[in-house]
Amino acid sequence: MITAAAWPTLDYSRVPYRLYHDTEIYTREQERIFHGPVWSFLGLDAEIPEPGDFRATWLGETPVIFNRDKSGAVRAFVNRCAHRGALVRRELAGNAEQHICIYHQWCYGLDGGLMAIPFRRGIRGKGGLDASFDMSSHGLRPLRVGSINGALFGTLAEDAEPLEHYLGAAILLQLRRLFDRPVRVLGYNRQRVRGNWKLYAENTRDNYHASLLHEFLVTFGLDRSTQVGGVKMDARHRHNITWAEADSDTDEFARQTYSGARVRNDFLSLKEPALVAFHQERDDKLNLVVTSVFPSAVFVQISNSLAVRQIRPRGVDEVEIFQTMLGYQDDPPEMTLHRLRQANLVGPAGLVSMEDGEAIEIAHRASRPEVDGTTVIELGGAGVISDRDYRVTDVPLRGFWSYYAELLGIEPKGAVR
Amino acid sequence: MNSDAAAVYTLLAEYGALIDCAKFDEWLCLFAEECRYQIVPRENFDRGLPAALVFCDSRAMLEDRVRALREANKYNIHTDRHVIGLPRIFKDRLAVEAPFAVYQTDQEGETRLFATGVYHDRFELAGEHLKIRDKLILLDTFAVPSLLATPL
Repeated sequence: MITAAAWPTLDYSRVPYRLYHDTEIYTREQERIFHGPVWSFLGLDAEIPEPGDFRATWLGETPVIFNRDKSGAVRAFVNRCAHRGALVRRELAGNAEQHICIYHQWCYGLDGGLMAIPFRRGIRGKGGLDASFDMSSHGLRPLRVGSINGALFGTLAEDAEPLEHYLGAAILLQLRRLFDRPVRVLGYNRQRVRGNWKLYAENTRDNYHASLLHEFLVTFGLDRSTQVGGVKMDARHRHNITWAEADSDTDEFARQTYSGARVRNDFLSLKEPALVAFHQERDDKLNLVVTSVFPSAVFVQISNSLAVRQIRPRGVDEVEIFQTMLGYQDDPPEMTLHRLRQANLVGPAGLVSMEDGEAIEIAHRASRPEVDGTTVIELGGAGVISDRDYRVTDVPLRGFWSYYAELLGIEPKGAVR
Repeated sequence: MNSDAAAVYTLLAEYGALIDCAKFDEWLCLFAEECRYQIVPRENFDRGLPAALVFCDSRAMLEDRVRALREANKYNIHTDRHVIGLPRIFKDRLAVEAPFAVYQTDQEGETRLFATGVYHDRFELAGEHLKIRDKLILLDTFAVPSLLATPL
């Protein structure tokens, strides 16, 4: 069993490879993190506009449904029948008055309560359940649900702090910025990566890799580390915002800076420049905002492409990245077209994201046999975990690990937070 | 086989073979000057949602994709093998539906099924030849294994 002694340093600048590969640790994560005092992104108000609308999602590996009940309130529960543990709702989305398990037709209401059981009192007075069977204690296990402007979060922990407190002021500000108008779902994409889920959680907090791995960013002038930008975290450093401002550097400075990196810096131009054109939509100049919410949500604005990513662990060796592409309900048709074009930037075929799939797989593959080895996380310095107003940094990874260690009960004495 | 069908078979066969041997410039030549190419996850298509994995609504965007693949993108080192099934041919051979499977093989010779789905193609006549005006790749395997770099 892993203990606090597994950490070679108190600032999380060294992470043991074991944490990405050990199945016992993976099991503990499901219990302590995904069933623990965190708030996980479930989906969007916009996906279930009408009473009876439901969608299936995941809390770690636990199947969950969220739906709108007849009063208009959003409810969420574990999608597992109280009788035999079967998936109650098999479809991914739809509209229904109840949720009925096909196995023995146990029937649950939109509040998750157990409503009806066939042959409950048997046939001709024989068989069935005993009269003492308590229907009210055999409902679907409920989640607490919270919403930030229509972005729905859920938790299984009764002792979880209030959602807004969990997120903190800086994250709330970004979510309210992204969801400042009613959104419209443009579609979904999914990617199955043969690597541990935490490698992806780290990746989204890693500003250092962006312009080096995703050469398209620099080569075609979309985003580069010479821009004004940085990382901003919540007080506990478990979440992170990676941000950058448009038009905040010069080609000349970028060319000089990247001449030392093995990245093409002659800045090619596209035949269709709309792909990287940024139309400012608010009174800030932010053209890159990647907001990672512990443990498994990422809210992304890259230029005018908007999305929410859900990190779905699928065993210790595989993760699904499930991405919901967004626009706004009041987008004019030409803006919708622009967002559909810029959707080329992200997702499994994304011009600035496809590399992540490969990076995670090669990190997972090569680290597996070396469980006592460690990664190095020191860009922007080791030691204290704090916000940075520059981009060549991976400090927020250490914030992720600090909270991870706390939840898993392996936080060393005297460790940074 | 009549000659109309033969032109469709030839185009589809060329299409798969040129991707599989990474001749992307020649592959681009199979498209009309005004063309559209998109890879759409079945879960979006079935719900009437417009977002695609790859969405090129002009020849210029398709050319940019190929250029990015060559100049900027990094991806799993592999070879592709397209297996394109018998097409259904409609409207005097200018509309075609063909099922496909793409297998990927890595450097150590391990092959896996990467994608399966259906091509919904619209062609136009350019002199003697058919060119692709609109290709909608309806992707059944929308939980994309690893990543999608080379065209389907």
